[in-house]
Amino acid sequence: MTDAAQRDTLTRTWKDAHGGDLDLRLTDTCLRDGSHHKRHQFTAQEVHDIVEALDSSGIPVIEVTHGDGLGGSSFNYGFSRTPEQELIRIAAETAKNARIAFLMLPGVGTKDDIRAAQDNGGQICRIATHCTEADTSIQHFGLARELGLETVGFLMMSHTQPPEVLAKQARIMVDAGCQCVYVVDSAGALVMEQTADRVSAVVAEIGAQADVGFHGHENLGLGVANTVIAARAGATQIDGSVRRFGAGAGNTPLEAFIGVCDKLGWRTGVDFLQIVDASEDVIKPAMPEECQLDRMTLMMGYAGVYSSFLKHAGNAADRYGVSGAKILLEAGRRKLIGGQEDQLIDIALMLKAEQDKAAANA
Amino acid sequence: MTKLTAAIVGPGNIGTDLMYKLLRSDVVEPRWMIGVDPASEGLKLAAQQGLEASHEGVDWLLKQDELPDLIFEATSAYVHREYAPRYEEAGIRAVDLTPASVGPAVIPPVNGEEHVGAMNVNMITCGGQATIPMVAAVSRVAPVPYAEIVASVSSVSAGPGTRANIDEFTRTTAAGVERIGGAERGKAIIILNPAEPPMIMRDTIFCAVPPDADRDAIVQSVFAMEKAVQEYVPGYRLLQEPQVDEPSAATQGQVKVSIFVEVEGAGDYLPPYSGNLDIMTAAATQVGDNIARSVLAGRKEA
Repeated sequence: MTDAAQRDTLTRTWKDAHGGDLDLRLTDTCLRDGSHHKRHQFTAQEVHDIVEALDSSGIPVIEVTHGDGLGGSSFNYGFSRTPEQELIRIAAETAKNARIAFLMLPGVGTKDDIRAAQDNGGQICRIATHCTEADTSIQHFGLARELGLETVGFLMMSHTQPPEVLAKQARIMVDAGCQCVYVVDSAGALVMEQTADRVSAVVAEIGAQADVGFHGHENLGLGVANTVIAARAGATQIDGSVRRFGAGAGNTPLEAFIGVCDKLGWRTGVDFLQIVDASEDVIKPAMPEECQLDRMTLMMGYAGVYSSFLKHAGNAADRYGVSGAKILLEAGRRKLIGGQEDQLIDIALMLKAEQDKAAANA
Repeated sequence: MTKLTAAIVGPGNIGTDLMYKLLRSDVVEPRWMIGVDPASEGLKLAAQQGLEASHEGVDWLLKQDELPDLIFEATSAYVHREYAPRYEEAGIRAVDLTPASVGPAVIPPVNGEEHVGAMNVNMITCGGQATIPMVAAVSRVAPVPYAEIVASVSSVSAGPGTRANIDEFTRTTAAGVERIGGAERGKAIIILNPAEPPMIMRDTIFCAVPPDADRDAIVQSVFAMEKAVQEYVPGYRLLQEPQVDEPSAATQGQVKVSIFVEVEGAGDYLPPYSGNLDIMTAAATQVGDNIARSVLAGRKEA
């Protein structure tokens, strides 16, 4: 099959599966990225209700996993209240049209977790690496394709690397069997043109064989703006969370983006009024609080810090009586990446020692 | 004879760094460096140090009139699985620095003396060498129903083998946390961080212990283990005092012990940030020394 034919087959798959003629394919991630905000405490009932509401609004893909992906339930990232595999199974049983996606991070989850997620009804395997470490995902893409799963690759913390580096990393994923590479703004730190440049470079590199996606965060309030500009630059698969339900200040608010798409004439297959109702009636009651732009989350966008660090930095700040904002700034200075939540405790202890020393000298 | 002779198979970063450490050993004499690429930098350095360096592979080595007493395998799990039976047939003991797990696993300060008689011993993973001693330090004074380790290493120090087989790293390390660390259930996480300048290897060890565990005994045991590891890895250090968190919903009702370590390499061949590689070669040297002492003592008696 030629490259163009491969690409055509892939996109037709998702366009045809949902009434046809979609311009963009949306993935709601409140049951995965929102798991961070929820401190991984989703109940089976909440997952059932949210999947039902999103599915009936026409959302084509719903991601369900521990926030840190398969196998993420741990001391380091927080234990799940309900085992994620059970949540994936409930989601798959509940969805009538939507496909259920799951996330895995090489180094945290393993191939066995991918097999189990497929057994429980997961259909799209999303594999995330830091945006310079794509070669750690090769064996997992290989397995996922062998199992007949649809594949998506996540280049996390994309703001840290220039467009040409992301393009090369995207190439590694596609050569390994990835069907859609996402530029992932994990820190909510990208500012529009930076998003466009990155998405364009990835489209230029892999566009003939695979889709390109964009996953945004709200830490500088740019989720919708970045997503619109990403779509203009050629991204066709788009992540967001209804009501921003995600890590940090949350994800691109999907219902707002859907409204914007209606105005721009971009077909998403989602009913705006229905998704707005779902946001108020189903998503809001499941949220511990709204996702907010506040001192901590602004700091993350400003310093380029992985959004999932928010709750962990807050915990460490409370435990040791130091400033959470300072913990996040130091995490940015140390160039920590996704997964290094343990280091936030070390930073808090360092800040406490400095604070104690200053108090003793005063 | 006062030393066992040794061949290093695999003249890459690990093999070359290992050579410099073995050259300082009182009981092991590295005499051969074996590779497959004539242009290898490691072979060149070995020749400069007076080792017999060959790019004709293990087949060449096994055809020599004089065979080594010990082989240090620094190739890949795949290569070691293939050659391990031939080493054993030739009566050569193997210290395996790949994750092949042909022989029993060894963590020097925990079970270093247990397998000195084995024909093949395995060094698990760098993350295992850095963290399992601490799990064992806790489990020797309190029951550990669950232990979890997080290893952060610089991207430049994670070679193609680790990258292609990252599942093998997590599985092998988690198994070691259970079998040698003494945790009922183990979990391992590895992070490759590309920051420049490269970050020094850092590891965090979380252990769940029952609410009635003796906190002071745990802390003292951890400090003692730090000293024990420092004997062969001088750059191994606790970054903070062990932290003890009382039971809560977030710890699933257990006491959580958190231990933070940093591993700075000796800079023999690899730069000091590659503590992950240094702890492997230092531990392998230690294990080789233990085997050599035991063999030499046997020869003396005989």
